[in-house]
Amino acid sequence: MTVESTAARKPRRSAGTKSAASAGAKRTSPAAKKSPGTTGAEPELVQLLTPEGERVKDATYDPYVADITPDELRGLYRDMVLSRRFDAEATSLQRQGELGLWASMLGQEAAQIGSGRATRDDDYVFPTYREHGVAWCRGVDPTNLLGMFRGVNNGGWDPNTNNFHLYTIVIGSQTLHATGYAMGITKDGADSAVIAYFGDGASSQGDVAESFTFSAVYNAPVVFFCQNNQWAISEPTEKQTRVPLYQRAQGFGFPGVRVDGNDVLACLAVTKWALERARSGEGPTLVEAYTYRMGAHTTSDDPTKYRADEERESWEAKDPILRLRTYLEASNHADEGFFAELEAESEALGKRVREVVRAMPDPDHFAIFENVYADGHALVDEERAQFAAYQASFADEGEGK
Amino acid sequence: MAAEKMALAKAINESLRTALDTDPKVLIMGEDVGKLGGVFRVTDGLQKDFGEDRVIDTPLAESGIVGTAIGLALRGYRPVVEIQFDGFVFPAYDQIVTQLAKMHARALGKIKLPVVIRIPYGGGIGAVEHHSESPEALFAHVAGLKVVSPSNASDAYWMMQQAIQSNDPVIFFEPKRRYWDKSEVNKDAIPGPLHKAVVAREGADLTLVAYGPMVKVCLEAAAAAQEEGKSIEVLDLRSMSPVDFDSIQASVEKTRRLVVVHEAPVFLGTGAEIAARITERCFYHLEAPVLRVGGYHAPYPPARLEDEYLPGLDRVLDAVDRSLAY
Repeated sequence: MTVESTAARKPRRSAGTKSAASAGAKRTSPAAKKSPGTTGAEPELVQLLTPEGERVKDATYDPYVADITPDELRGLYRDMVLSRRFDAEATSLQRQGELGLWASMLGQEAAQIGSGRATRDDDYVFPTYREHGVAWCRGVDPTNLLGMFRGVNNGGWDPNTNNFHLYTIVIGSQTLHATGYAMGITKDGADSAVIAYFGDGASSQGDVAESFTFSAVYNAPVVFFCQNNQWAISEPTEKQTRVPLYQRAQGFGFPGVRVDGNDVLACLAVTKWALERARSGEGPTLVEAYTYRMGAHTTSDDPTKYRADEERESWEAKDPILRLRTYLEASNHADEGFFAELEAESEALGKRVREVVRAMPDPDHFAIFENVYADGHALVDEERAQFAAYQASFADEGEGK
Repeated sequence: MAAEKMALAKAINESLRTALDTDPKVLIMGEDVGKLGGVFRVTDGLQKDFGEDRVIDTPLAESGIVGTAIGLALRGYRPVVEIQFDGFVFPAYDQIVTQLAKMHARALGKIKLPVVIRIPYGGGIGAVEHHSESPEALFAHVAGLKVVSPSNASDAYWMMQQAIQSNDPVIFFEPKRRYWDKSEVNKDAIPGPLHKAVVAREGADLTLVAYGPMVKVCLEAAAAAQEEGKSIEVLDLRSMSPVDFDSIQASVEKTRRLVVVHEAPVFLGTGAEIAARITERCFYHLEAPVLRVGGYHAPYPPARLEDEYLPGLDRVLDAVDRSLAY
């Protein structure tokens, strides 16, 4: 192992000093000039908004957000605030015993809202189980996301209503579904695109590699959006890869780009660019959104057992919401009234989510047998009848529901 | 069109051709299915006639084949994918079990997954390892999948048509050692339901239940037993999920004896399920315990030993004798 790579594995620089905290500073650091594939090198990442909320120029990606209006900027801020509020409410609901489990997206709002807002209505989204912000952008009622975590269903929505597929728990499986769907778009002669979400841990899965192969071979209009949040439960990215993840794409024959995942503008611009490539027949792109999961993997684990407080603190300084707020205020795009109104809206959302979850009825007992097959199945019919008879036997005793 | 004699592989080829012709959403996918026409030539000539967009040669990645087929199905296509050999399905097993089988239920019935997975299966062709396995019970055990296997050309033609039209995922096991066996196919006949067992030979003294490659062995056993004055009924199960227990029950109520035959290991296999259910249903009709003939709890052996492993005429007749001795 080289001296450089060892150095890069030391704890990340503290957020205290301005230059160290700025990912923009890394872009001009000697490390950024290292050749691809060098272990531990900190590669360039696309950034349009520094952690301090300063707008920086980028000749390649600026055009994709050049026409963004103050209203749209406020919209991105609103999306991030409300999705964070929803996420916080779900975490609380889990702590209160209303949900069996929750996978928080805290810290990943910019990656999700930026990429989600880049999609068109006719695009199709294949999420993992943490894309609450993307679901928000697609217009999925956030309370629909809670059914599986409360244990009242295993999915719970019609994917075709918002072109937002069901959450997929097996790591990386959905990247293949996304690729197949994108192949279908090509066959249909449509100009829609597909975006597949996955994490740094999933990048180790064979299915992700196979989806890269298939999408490249068939030139499928799919954007692979990897949120590298640094941790796969307790395993750091270093346990998944020896090269920066976005560089994987090169070996499959399509471009990969790393974007500051805490910069909503950059995520929006880069995803738009990638989706436009897909639409115009240029095939797949890998976007690695370099971000950080501020919370636990799920409410079942305890991040204090596997990572240092300083690391989290350094990322707090890069908070995606604070940085856009600073920019909105500095550029006079939002006033106090806007923030106050949003605060009230945020509280109302939390209240609604709480009420809806608590009122969620347990599913009907016979839901066990529903939709196992589209065309029916003799064994399911037989067992449903046995179950009905068994249930009815309690009713005879006056103990039935 | 009159009935026509053709090989089982050819019947599947004709069936796929008919499906591609009638439904533009039907796709064929797999390794070597295009120019080569598949290693068993089951898809011979299809890419030439329907093009590379309909008959798709894929990368060598089974999980990718099934995973992308799921995505295509979500987009409204009806993919028919080929897994080159039985033992190669396992890289795709995760996609089949955790995704394909469950997605309809997870979406509360709002989406359908009409994917057919063709798997040439079973032994008897002198192949190397991973090319002769019978993993049907592993799939039949999974709710959300349907599992079928034809034993003759006519069933191969019609069952493939029905599998493609099914809105549920179907695992279609093709008995590879019967690919070259010829029988009558009547394309104008109206077939029975996909999951209905059929009586392949009438008999009065004992019922043999088999499917796929073992139906022929059982018919030969029944013919041999006839010479000894025993009347054996042979039921071609055709579907391992769902299993047509009603037809088995009807036959057993007539013959009072049942032997289930398959190539797959006996332990926890299709025969175990049939034995248990028929014992429940026909306890007072049975004159003997339900017996099973099949493979051993051992890896499929090297080719020079497969005749010992596979149930042949003698092992089936031995089980018939044991049952009749009760």
